[in-house]
Amino acid sequence: MDLFLHLCVMIIIYIIFAMSLNLEVGYTGLFNFGHVAFFGISAYTSALLSLQQVPFELSLLIALAMAGLWGFLLSIPSLRLRGDYFGIVTLGFGEIIRMVFQNEVWFTKGPMGLPGIPKPILFSYRFATLSQYLLLTLGFAALTFLILRIILRSPFGRVLRAIREDEVAAEALGKNVFFFRIKSFVIGSLFAGLAGTLWGHYTTFISPGDFTLLETILVLLIVVLGGKGTEWGPVLGAFVLIFFQESLRFLRLPAEWTRYLAPLQQMIFGGLLIVLMIFRPEGLLKEKGRGSNAGN
Amino acid sequence: MLEIKGLSKSFGGIHAVSNCSFGLKDYVITGLIGPNGSGKTTLFNLITGSIPPDKGEIYFKGNRIDGLLPYKVAQHGIIRTFQLTRIFPKMTVLENMLLAPLHQTGEILWSLWVKRRRIRDEEKAYREKALGLIETVGLSHLKDQFAENLSYGQQKLLELGRAFMADPKMILLDEPTAGINPSLIRKIMELILKMKESGKVFFIIEHNMGVIIELCDWVFVLDNGEKIAEGKPKEIQNDPRVIEAYWGV
Repeated sequence: MDLFLHLCVMIIIYIIFAMSLNLEVGYTGLFNFGHVAFFGISAYTSALLSLQQVPFELSLLIALAMAGLWGFLLSIPSLRLRGDYFGIVTLGFGEIIRMVFQNEVWFTKGPMGLPGIPKPILFSYRFATLSQYLLLTLGFAALTFLILRIILRSPFGRVLRAIREDEVAAEALGKNVFFFRIKSFVIGSLFAGLAGTLWGHYTTFISPGDFTLLETILVLLIVVLGGKGTEWGPVLGAFVLIFFQESLRFLRLPAEWTRYLAPLQQMIFGGLLIVLMIFRPEGLLKEKGRGSNAGN
Repeated sequence: MLEIKGLSKSFGGIHAVSNCSFGLKDYVITGLIGPNGSGKTTLFNLITGSIPPDKGEIYFKGNRIDGLLPYKVAQHGIIRTFQLTRIFPKMTVLENMLLAPLHQTGEILWSLWVKRRRIRDEEKAYREKALGLIETVGLSHLKDQFAENLSYGQQKLLELGRAFMADPKMILLDEPTAGINPSLIRKIMELILKMKESGKVFFIIEHNMGVIIELCDWVFVLDNGEKIAEGKPKEIQNDPRVIEAYWGV
């Protein structure tokens, strides 16, 4: 039972993480390869504050603000770049942030990591057990889903998709492409931060090794597999991939096999991506043609 | 309406547009002709801000617009179409149209939470207008299709309809009849004339002389980046400099 609940919590945290990336990759066409940085920034911010006995409500808000702020600061120079170049800059940023976690030992305890992150207390209710935590993440995931849905079904979301499709045409229709992209990137960073905060308080121990490029690739895979640019794609993708990833850990394998497990998992992910690109490039769920729903 | 003074633009050693001065007065439909490579599209790109000029000034209704970014020029009321159509492929025909109106309340993030009613009303009005225009350009049966599924001619119609939807003061059309069949050319000409009735002003790049003669009130001729002639279409047609530039005789 505990295993099942653990799986659910992980899946839901990754749903939030993937939805935030879907806003950038799926709707705005921003290929962000450093998304884990914002996940990490918030996880560290909230962990450090909570370890100083700052109440969870406050540390969550500050953690989100930090993710949003860094998203904003990174977006100003990087969003002037196009396509691949933007991807390279975000990739670099992700690595830089991880290096900061690793090397600024006075601040982050470096590779030792931060143990003993307290379980969150929200409005004097303590989310300590697995099922309580599941409820908390579920609540935040629903909130994220609704907020993103309102944003993406609005004329604002329509402009984001237009930018993804053809930025020159969007600009020629009077849309300030640069500003819309910054807004999309900051919102994406904020919700990645929410996922990071929830994750840190769940595992109660974070270290720089948790925020590698592989993590970004995993969410990217969730978004692409599920169907980028769809509302339910990240949800479905997270179910499939996190279920697969987490259940591998609990396989009873002979001891000499376990060292092959991690590389095998990477190979399967890679293979899966290739198969997907060949047979269903749009992902499991497909973007449908539909009018704006703002009027309904 | 549109004043261009001493406009120049070079790419490397090529003078794409050199020292051009135009005055689009209150002609309703103005044509811009010239051989390939004469700088017509460059001139459009300069007007709409896609590329900054090296020298010269552009005024629209008395406001200086040279050096502005394309979205700012569009917000001044100048909307263009492209030589190779630029529609939004993975958006429906209706969504393509709904994007066009400028300054939509629902495009501002905070108003999504505090002005919901106003956004809903605005959206409803735009929707009706868009459906009307889609019918005018004859794409009603395709309104919920992704734009990428449209034929080239239909995409041209969509792009034209989208330009009308933006309710601009001036529409720049870059070869609206290139690469489409005669009956569709007819249709596009009729649309332009219809919009002319509703008070829109056009500036059109076109190679099809028949279209120019039938539509335009005034024509400018470019060759090697310089304006070589201007006048009424009938006069231009017989101008020896124009004939030389076009036919090389």
